[in-house]
Amino acid sequence: MDLMVIADNMPAYLAGFRMTAQLTIVAGLGALVIGLTVAAMRVSPLGSLRVFAATYTELLRNMPLTLIFFFAVLVLPQFGVVLPLGYWTAVGCLTAYTSVFVAEAVRSGINAVGVGQAEAARAIGLTFGQSLTSVILPQAVRSVIPPLINVIIALAKNTSVAAGFAVVELTATGRRLAQQNPADVVLVLAGVALFYLVVTIPAGQLANLLERKVAFAR
Amino acid sequence: MRPVRTGLIALMSATVLALTACAGGSDDGEGTEPAGGATPAEETAEFPEGSTMAALAEAGTITIGTKFDQPLFGLVGPNGEPEGFDVEIGKIIAGKLGIAPEDIEWKETISSNREPFIQNGEVDIVVATYTINDKRKEVVSFAGPYYLAGQSILTMTSNTDIEGPEDLAGKNVCTVSGSTPEANLLQNYPEAKVQALGAYSECIEPLRNGQVDAISTDNVILAGFAADNDDMEVRGEPFTEEPYGIGLALDDTDFRMWINDVLEESFEDGTWSEAWESTAGTVLPAPEPPTVDRY
Repeated sequence: MDLMVIADNMPAYLAGFRMTAQLTIVAGLGALVIGLTVAAMRVSPLGSLRVFAATYTELLRNMPLTLIFFFAVLVLPQFGVVLPLGYWTAVGCLTAYTSVFVAEAVRSGINAVGVGQAEAARAIGLTFGQSLTSVILPQAVRSVIPPLINVIIALAKNTSVAAGFAVVELTATGRRLAQQNPADVVLVLAGVALFYLVVTIPAGQLANLLERKVAFAR
Repeated sequence: MRPVRTGLIALMSATVLALTACAGGSDDGEGTEPAGGATPAEETAEFPEGSTMAALAEAGTITIGTKFDQPLFGLVGPNGEPEGFDVEIGKIIAGKLGIAPEDIEWKETISSNREPFIQNGEVDIVVATYTINDKRKEVVSFAGPYYLAGQSILTMTSNTDIEGPEDLAGKNVCTVSGSTPEANLLQNYPEAKVQALGAYSECIEPLRNGQVDAISTDNVILAGFAADNDDMEVRGEPFTEEPYGIGLALDDTDFRMWINDVLEESFEDGTWSEAWESTAGTVLPAPEPPTVDRY
């Protein structure tokens, strides 16, 4: 048992951490964009868009993330769609999976905005797009930020699933180091956990801060 | 550093105490109650008192850790019983303790939990394509080896670019995240693009789809895949030596030496060859028995 095992392998840890952070940021941004779009479709006046958005959400929300990865890596090729293994497949799967949670969080935020707001916007002649972007979303986003940060924290941890699919992020790094240091497996994994906390704890603090900043009386 | 170390020592001593207590308990029963019907009584008598062998023989059962997903070595089939060369080796050892095959409790061990399972006493021995190496010897001890495997390469039959590990440079090579073959590739063939998945079986479809160019792990595992997939074949000679040993508690030297005796006996009396022929020997050529390493 040697505490130095973490310090000695710092470059490997940092490389893994960088990959985890990169996956979180890229997939997080992608999920925000797609999630907002899906949420807008979910409340749109067009029935077909609502049905599409609802199907997309229910499908992805109720499937385990690992299964989505398996689908992309092992099933899609059967239908002729051969994705390169590794980073971009992982980003795609994490984005798709996280986007539905973003969409649901945003939809709940939209629903929390009083119906009178939407009616007033329509009464003064705003189109659906205008009322959404200028009236409803600005109010919805405020109440949505804390749950969105929860979604991002979950995403940071979910990136570990990519370890089983040819991405060397923190968890895969931990496995490699554990293999090289069988006597210090506990410490190696504790080191991995520490690096996850470096992402998730500040994110939680940020959520608290923003919650206080954007809180408003309705 | 000190508190961690002290805590660990305390934990380890507690484990040792607990184990000793268990062994002591079964010793008390000796003589008063003969073990199960099929067990020959003289088998139990020959073990020194207080030894692990005596304790296991007395208990009439042994817990053996093995792989449940490794074709030819340890694979659980539809009937729920593990089958393979490792399993047969386990049965030979149990048999010498007077324990019938049906009294063996099989426990699944995966690559990453073999050391903890031995250290915690969750299994008595591990026979699970377990490569003997010096780092592992710091935490567990090894009897054997009972087989010498080696890392090799599997590619599509149609692929003529890859004939050996040197040809892996710039190629996508599939292996398992956190495995010995992965570490070998990273260290000795840094030019190869390692794509680590969760299990070797998951590498098969990506190989067929061209997402990876080769799969690399122990030749015995690859041979199983090649036997099941006519469009794939094993290329080149093994380029590492992976002596498979039987893992057991670090300080149980008597038990280790006894298992070494059992293995040597099985090499000579043909039970080892029989075990091989009925399992991995259906696909792989018959090997020479290795030399046991009594370190």
